[in-house]
Order: sequence, then C-alpha cells, then structure tokens
Amino acid sequence: MIEVRGLTKSFGPKRVLDGIDLTLTEGESLVVIGGSGTGKSVLLRSILGLETPEAGEILWRGRPLGPQRATFMQGFGMLFQNAALFDSLPVWRNVAFRLLRDMPKARARAIALDKLARVGLGPEVADLYPAALSGGMRKRVGLARAIAADPKVIFFDEPTTGLDPIRAAAINTLIRGIVDETGASAITITHDMTSVRSIGDRVALLDRGRIRWQGPVAAMDAAEDAYLRDFIAGHARPQGSQAAV
Amino acid sequence: MNPVRLTGRATLGLVRATGRVTILAAQGLWRVGAHPSELARQMLHIGWLSLPVVGLTALFTGAALALQIHSGGARFQASDVVPAIVAIGMVRELGPVLGGLMVAARVASSIAAELGTMRVTEQIDALVTLSTDPVGWLVSPRLWAAILCLPVLVGVGDVIGILGGWLIGVNALGFNSTTYISNSWAYLEGWDVVSGLIKGGFFGFIVALAGCWFGMNAGNGAAGVGRATTNAVVAASVGILAANFILTGLFF
Repeated sequence: MIEVRGLTKSFGPKRVLDGIDLTLTEGESLVVIGGSGTGKSVLLRSILGLETPEAGEILWRGRPLGPQRATFMQGFGMLFQNAALFDSLPVWRNVAFRLLRDMPKARARAIALDKLARVGLGPEVADLYPAALSGGMRKRVGLARAIAADPKVIFFDEPTTGLDPIRAAAINTLIRGIVDETGASAITITHDMTSVRSIGDRVALLDRGRIRWQGPVAAMDAAEDAYLRDFIAGHARPQGSQAAV
Repeated sequence: MNPVRLTGRATLGLVRATGRVTILAAQGLWRVGAHPSELARQMLHIGWLSLPVVGLTALFTGAALALQIHSGGARFQASDVVPAIVAIGMVRELGPVLGGLMVAARVASSIAAELGTMRVTEQIDALVTLSTDPVGWLVSPRLWAAILCLPVLVGVGDVIGILGGWLIGVNALGFNSTTYISNSWAYLEGWDVVSGLIKGGFFGFIVALAGCWFGMNAGNGAAGVGRATTNAVVAASVGILAANFILTGLFF
C-alpha cells in the first residue's frame, strides 16, 4: 500500500534518514521503534509531505505519492504525540473538523459523539475545550479525530508517551481494536515495547537513519541483533556503541 | 569568515525571506472567502475587541493635541486654529498611525503567539493531516479581517480623537462648542479622511502579515514563541511607520 524507497533526509550536516526502505501492506499494523533522535518522526513527516527528502521516493498503491497526496489525505488519520488538538475549538468540533466541510453540523456532531463513545468518552466531554482535559483524555480525543472519517491509513506518533501504564494499556487496546475493526493500515512509532506487542503485526527497528532489523512482532524476541535485544530488554548502552548496519 | 561571503550570505537570506513573505501574503490574500466563519471570528477579535484600546488612545491623543496646539499657537496669536489642526492631524496622521500601532501591539502579538503555539504543538501539522490548508484556514482570515477592520477602527478613532480635542477645547480652553465643531469641519477635506482610512487598510495588512509570518515560522518551545511574538510586534510597528512615510509621500 505504502512503499518507501531509499528515503534520505538531512538537517544541516546531520543525516537523519539514510536510504530507508520500508513497506506497509494493506491492513497491516507496522510499528517503527528506535531510540530518540533516530529519525522516526522525520520518516512519518516525510511520508506526509511535511518534510522534503533529498532522495528516495514514496509510493502509494504503486504510484508516487506526491501527485496523489490530496486523495491520500482524504483517507488518512493521525494521532499526534501530544494529540495536537485545536485549543480554540471544543472537543466535538475537533473530532468533527474534517466532517464539518462535507455535512450538516448536526450530523457531524452525531458522528463525533459516536467516535468519542468508541474511545470511551461520554457526551459530557463534547462541549469542553481541550485545555480542560487530562493527558489521557486528550489522547482519546485525538484518536477519535483520527478515525472520524473512517480512514484507510492511520499514523500513530508515540501514542502512549506521557501516560501512566494503565492509561497507556487502554490506548494500546483502543488502537489495536480500531485497526482490527476498520481494516486500516497503520504505522505507529514508539519506544514503548508494550505498545509494540499490543499494536503491531510487524516491527521495524530504526537506527542511525536506516532500518536495522524488521520482521514479525512474534519473531522479535528471538532476533539475534544485539541492539534490538538491548532495546527490548531496556539495557543501557554507551552512546554510539551500536554498530550501524 | 570572509566579510564578502558574510555579506553575500546575509543578502541571499534577506532576498529569500522577502520572497517567502511575499508568497505567504499573496496566498493569504488569494484564498479570501475560503472559511467565512473564521473570517467573522477574526473580525470580532481584531476589530470589535480592539475598539476600546483604539478609542482610548484617540481620545487622549486628541485632547493632548488640543492642549499642545493651543499652547504653541499662542506664541504667534494662532490659538484659534486648534479645532482645524486637531481634526486634520487626527484624520491624516495620528488616527491611522497611533491606531495602527495600538493594533500592532494587541493583534500582531496575539496572532504570533497563537500561531506560534499552534506550530510548536503540531496543530498546524494536524491541519495538513485533516486535508486543510493552513494558509487558507489561519492566514487568510486574519489578513482580510485586519485589512477590513483597521479602516473602521481608524474612522472611529478619528471621531473620538476630534471629540477629545472638543472636550478640552470647550471645557479647558474657552472655545464655544458650536464654533469648535464648525471650525473642525470647515477646513477638513474628503481626501484627508479617505487617505487616513486607506492608510488604515495598509497598516492592517502589515500587522496581520507580521503576526502570521512570525507565528507560522516560530522556533521550538516557549522561547521560540516568545521570540516570534516580539519580532512580530517590532516588525509590525516599524513597518507601519515606514509605510506611513511612503504613503504620506504618495498621497500628499
């Protein structure tokens, strides 16, 4: 469905992505893991056109994504790391933001309430402003907004960062449930190994701008890559000790 | 580093920034009417909510102007010109410039802080993922609201400024109320008023563009938003004074 080939992106002298090759198939949930500053967010931003790569190409359904980006975005949803809710709009308008362009207000609000219910939030939240919500509730609203228009592709950027383990587990369960229900293809970037196991079908480890290891989540624990093993176990490594592939 | 190279780099940076600001302005102006509800919201924020600060500024400026002209005019027995000079001074120069500067302080800072916060909290990226053009949604309504509202604010400020002069003239300087009002009108020409309103439109454009540009390009974190806000107010204020000089030269 989405194919990334040889993607390269630098910021000044620092090469953040160094020839990334990655494929997301239809209905698959791919989790990209890696240390801080290894280019996970830049990878997502490049796919979305928010960053301009120096080299490489991104294909969607076998053709370059660039010319089809408007169509791609129509069927796309994203949960941002800190939810990125619009402060000036109440919760229901955040969720219905895209819908309000295409349908009457009452119908958009009804769908928004339905999506809020799907992520475990009641109608009493609908007229609150994002500033009145806790971190976990903001994530849920962000999730409701991401799925409001029933997207075919969803990106999740660090979905559990900043949440306690119980709320993180709830978000992981929601994401997995939504991906299974809708059949959407998903890319999640995270450091959280619990999220990897809960959300992912396949996992890719990003290191120094390159995919160091990728495979099914079930095969992750048996992998021989030392960096991946340390990443899974949470072992400390001296800075720069991991050899690039 | 080689001074020639430094100068060249600075020049290229300036040309590049000018080009990017021009493109943002053109895109913002072109996408007029894309989001009417946002335009209405911004007109309320930029126009209606700026009325108190613009009105108070004009009132005190008109009053102070009357005192100054009366005092200065007395040196060559020309105190009677107070009503005419207050009226002409307010509508041609002080109304638009001081109104513009007050709106720059209030609105350019607010726009830069709001858009800067949206930038650093990924809300602008979220707009893109929701198939919404950030320039059409954020920049265009603010540009047009400021362009449309500033002339109205300037017009209201002109009236309140003349009223301030009248209050002082009648109550402190011994002018007859009817004479003061008729003298204010007698020497005022239509172009005096219209040129001030046109200036207001240009100043509104400058204020909103400075706020949008620095907000949309805010750096990371709270410090980045703070810098964007400061730069927006400074750029808008200097821009208004420079544009006022150019427009005054063109108009008169």
